[in-house]
Amino acid sequence: MPEADLPTPAAPDLPAMRGGARRPGNQPDLLPRLGAFARLLHDAGMEAGPRRLTDATRALNHVDLKHQEDFRSALRAVFVSRKEDIATFEAAFDIFWAPPDPRAAAGAMPGRSRSLPMSPERAKAWASALGLSSSQLNREQDATTIPTSSSGYSAEELLRHKDFEQMTWQETEQVRRLLEQAPWRVAERRTRRLRPAKAGRIDLRRTARHAIRSSGELMSLFRRRPRLRRRPLVLICDVSGSMERYSRLLMVFAHAIARREDLEAFVFSTRLTRVTRLLRHRDLDRALDSVSKRVHDFSGGTRIGDALADFNRHWARRVLGHGAVVIIVSDGWDRGDPSQLTAELIHLRRTAHRLIWLNPLIGSDGYQPLTRGMAAALPHCDDFLAANNVQALDDLGRLLASLGSRPSRS
Amino acid sequence: MASVPMTIDEVEMRLRERRYIGDRGLATSIFLALKLEKPLFIEGEAGVGKTEAAKVMADVLGARLIRLQCYEGIDLAHAVYEWNYPRQLLHIRLLGEGDDRRTAEREIFSPEFLLRRPLLDAIDNDDPTPPVLLIDEIDRSDEEFEAFLLELLSDFQVSIPEIGTIKAKKAPFVVITSNRTREVHDALKRRCLYHWIDYPDLEKEVEIVRARAPEAADGLAREVAALVQGLRGMDLYKVPGVAETLDWARSLAALGATRIDASIVDATLGAALKYQEDLERIREQVPALVEKARGA
Repeated sequence: MPEADLPTPAAPDLPAMRGGARRPGNQPDLLPRLGAFARLLHDAGMEAGPRRLTDATRALNHVDLKHQEDFRSALRAVFVSRKEDIATFEAAFDIFWAPPDPRAAAGAMPGRSRSLPMSPERAKAWASALGLSSSQLNREQDATTIPTSSSGYSAEELLRHKDFEQMTWQETEQVRRLLEQAPWRVAERRTRRLRPAKAGRIDLRRTARHAIRSSGELMSLFRRRPRLRRRPLVLICDVSGSMERYSRLLMVFAHAIARREDLEAFVFSTRLTRVTRLLRHRDLDRALDSVSKRVHDFSGGTRIGDALADFNRHWARRVLGHGAVVIIVSDGWDRGDPSQLTAELIHLRRTAHRLIWLNPLIGSDGYQPLTRGMAAALPHCDDFLAANNVQALDDLGRLLASLGSRPSRS
Repeated sequence: MASVPMTIDEVEMRLRERRYIGDRGLATSIFLALKLEKPLFIEGEAGVGKTEAAKVMADVLGARLIRLQCYEGIDLAHAVYEWNYPRQLLHIRLLGEGDDRRTAEREIFSPEFLLRRPLLDAIDNDDPTPPVLLIDEIDRSDEEFEAFLLELLSDFQVSIPEIGTIKAKKAPFVVITSNRTREVHDALKRRCLYHWIDYPDLEKEVEIVRARAPEAADGLAREVAALVQGLRGMDLYKVPGVAETLDWARSLAALGATRIDASIVDATLGAALKYQEDLERIREQVPALVEKARGA
């Protein structure tokens, strides 16, 4: 194979690969280039720390660099640790090591940007992420001039019952704090792991062990019982047009509980997108910013049945282990086929420990679940609750805290 | 021949000799895992040959396969070691008046009274070739067990308080598999090389059926593979894996079929589809699927 077929770095600031020996040990150029490649992966959101870089160097000692597929596979085996990152890796590899145009690498790289969002940009990100209209954005600025209430308690009480739809920007901030401080935790379930306890089944191992110390006499019985763990939560949140006034607060809610519970989060309008990892960012604004970058159909139409079908086929097996509680948040305005929605809900209910439907419209006076989607969904959910204000989310929290440690349905 | 393969080509060839048809990327990952003495973490949907890869590798290396099947709640007593308490109790009760108790107590905490579980066995053994340790379906275990594995896989040693630290003379070849029923912690994955096994394309799947279900006639092998490829493109709760393709080909061969037709496919559909809803939905489309597969 001619020299030109060697993997060539594309970044213009890096030295070009010279001819001659092809082992990295004899190739002083390859290490900085690998370092640059690792930085590229890092910028694209992958973990590419020193350990992986060291492993990559070692791995390349065993691979013929002329064989580009092996070179690629070796780096992939080292840098990739989950299926989701394979596409990112392949794109980065193509850009960095084998570009048709050497300038390609200097251009935009898909993935996250490293600059911290500035305050006005953050506001804009919020707006685009959560479908705020410009008038609501203006309300935010106005809000700073509104004098705060003198009675903290009553102000909080009012806030707890205020509909999310009518909230100002500043109130949202207060709601966030309320949600983060909410006292409830998700109920525990029994695991198969046993822990020493005062009561419970006899722990033969510890009992025997003590008997040995006392010359084989059974002096005391030790016991153990199943350890308890919190149930995982799976939140599937509608962010379509009809939900736009609520999705902002529901995402704030999701972010607040993602900090303390085992939460898997998905959003959908026409398509389902997993946002679990994005919500893990400590900073709410940055978390929501990355959600909006990932989700392209915020405030589009709704196809609940399609979204749940996608969930049942591609995610249920991965996230519904360990007695998970599934929460669907939607107003039930569905453009899809109600019979599909019914079929998917039946399946989902069978695989989840509990299926809860939150509908922000329940809070409004005189609401009846008459949308086609809602009517189809109602008989197949375990619970049907409001989600229009902090009080409603607190009620949800209390329900989650009260779930039993055993399967609830037969 | 049982030596460590010297090249990626050799890994590929020796897997193939043992009727394991994998892609070049898997051969590369295996080769590097051997060279760097790092565990290989294999993920993929159910039934794509993750466990089989480890079994075949044991044969390639001429090594013993030690398998640890994970489950929720698996603990050290099941995975590493446990003292044989009944034996210890008996031993101590049978002591005569004149025997020295202190010596006896030292005796009962000696290796002789140890029940060795797979992980200890993988580290402490007299095998001429280091064994292949298969930690199967790690996603079924829990975080505590992962944390423990993290420690074990970094330095291949375990400590038993009464005996001391036991370190592997030579690191075993470790293969960890996961079906992704939950996300395995990054810290553990970072210590491993990673490979994702995808569903094979049609040609590869035909090759796999021919290699592993030789009782199926050539035409049947191709048609069954094409049928399963067609099913994978359909809207299903559970997409059939390669294991299902092989089961199906073997079932059809056992029924004496050399080609597929709508009625025999309908009768044996349960070999490929494991959900009632999937079966119902696909039943109506069997004739069309069969026709398409026969043309492949």
